Amino acid sequence: MNDRVREIERGHTREDVPEFAVSDTVRVHVRIREGDKERTQAFEGTVIARQGTGPNETFTVRRVAQGIGVERVFPVSSPNVQQIVVTRHGKARRAKLYYLRKRTGKAAKTKARDLR
Amino acid sequence: MMAAIIGRKLGMTRVFKEDGTAVPVTVIEAGPCVITQVRTNEIDGYEAVQMGYGATRKKALTKPVLGQFAKAGVTPRRRLKEFRVDNPGDYEVGQEIKVDVFEEGQIVDVTGWSKGRGFQGVTKRHGMSTGRQTHGNRNHRKPGSIGQSATPARVWKGKKLPGRMGGGRVTIKDLSVVQVDSETNTLLVRGAVPGASNGYLLITNAKRAAK
Repeated sequence: MNDRVREIERGHTREDVPEFAVSDTVRVHVRIREGDKERTQAFEGTVIARQGTGPNETFTVRRVAQGIGVERVFPVSSPNVQQIVVTRHGKARRAKLYYLRKRTGKAAKTKARDLR
Repeated sequence: MMAAIIGRKLGMTRVFKEDGTAVPVTVIEAGPCVITQVRTNEIDGYEAVQMGYGATRKKALTKPVLGQFAKAGVTPRRRLKEFRVDNPGDYEVGQEIKVDVFEEGQIVDVTGWSKGRGFQGVTKRHGMSTGRQTHGNRNHRKPGSIGQSATPARVWKGKKLPGRMGGGRVTIKDLSVVQVDSETNTLLVRGAVPGASNGYLLITNAKRAAK
């Protein structure tokens, strides 16, 4: 990639992102516009995928809300994503946890990571 | 005023606006260019400015072209291009043209040379539909019938058939300028632009009148 393109990407990449990985449970604070009003909404769930680099990096958060699976994809560097809080560290042996979509209940949980 | 510049495609990326919108952009090194000749009605029968972009070695050019640069009193440039203008009197030979002829939010046309695709079939080249892949079908990516019968007993001129694709001059109209950085001669334009990275581009203000 051209150096100048990289320079521009640097300016649009967020650096204060907490360390989080696939299988972690995160709470994402999203800025939402409703007409003229702005408010923050939190979305909590399991990170099942993380892809891309620089300003193109996104991650997918899955949660089961009222029995219905909901997945949202957030760009890591978007100004609309105000804060990412890791609430639980998970453990996964693969990079994409798409298999969780087919599972329900206890089987859909990721193992907790021992933080020693 | 007519704004035009010669540049080079550096690549594409994504930038975020304040409100969180992600904008796909092409990064262009635009200029600096130098005016090498001014064409006037009296002398040339039309009005235009000729500008050069990019440094090059003397050896890479022929003597006649070098003579042109010597006459203009500028160092040899890799690309020379003329742009029609209404006011050639405003320009003088040796004058430098920089990205600041454009401003944020302005609508521009970008011309480039598209990537050569080689000899391509009708599906890719003209977007014709394909046949189904299964159920005994043997017509997968063929063009189908290419004409009628005894009348006209020939194939119409211009019939869309396989052939060479790409590698031509393409202009993308009405792209908006996202950012202008005159310090690094960088221009960010919303959307894609013809050609490969490091390909040459001509950027002018939009021909179509702004709405």
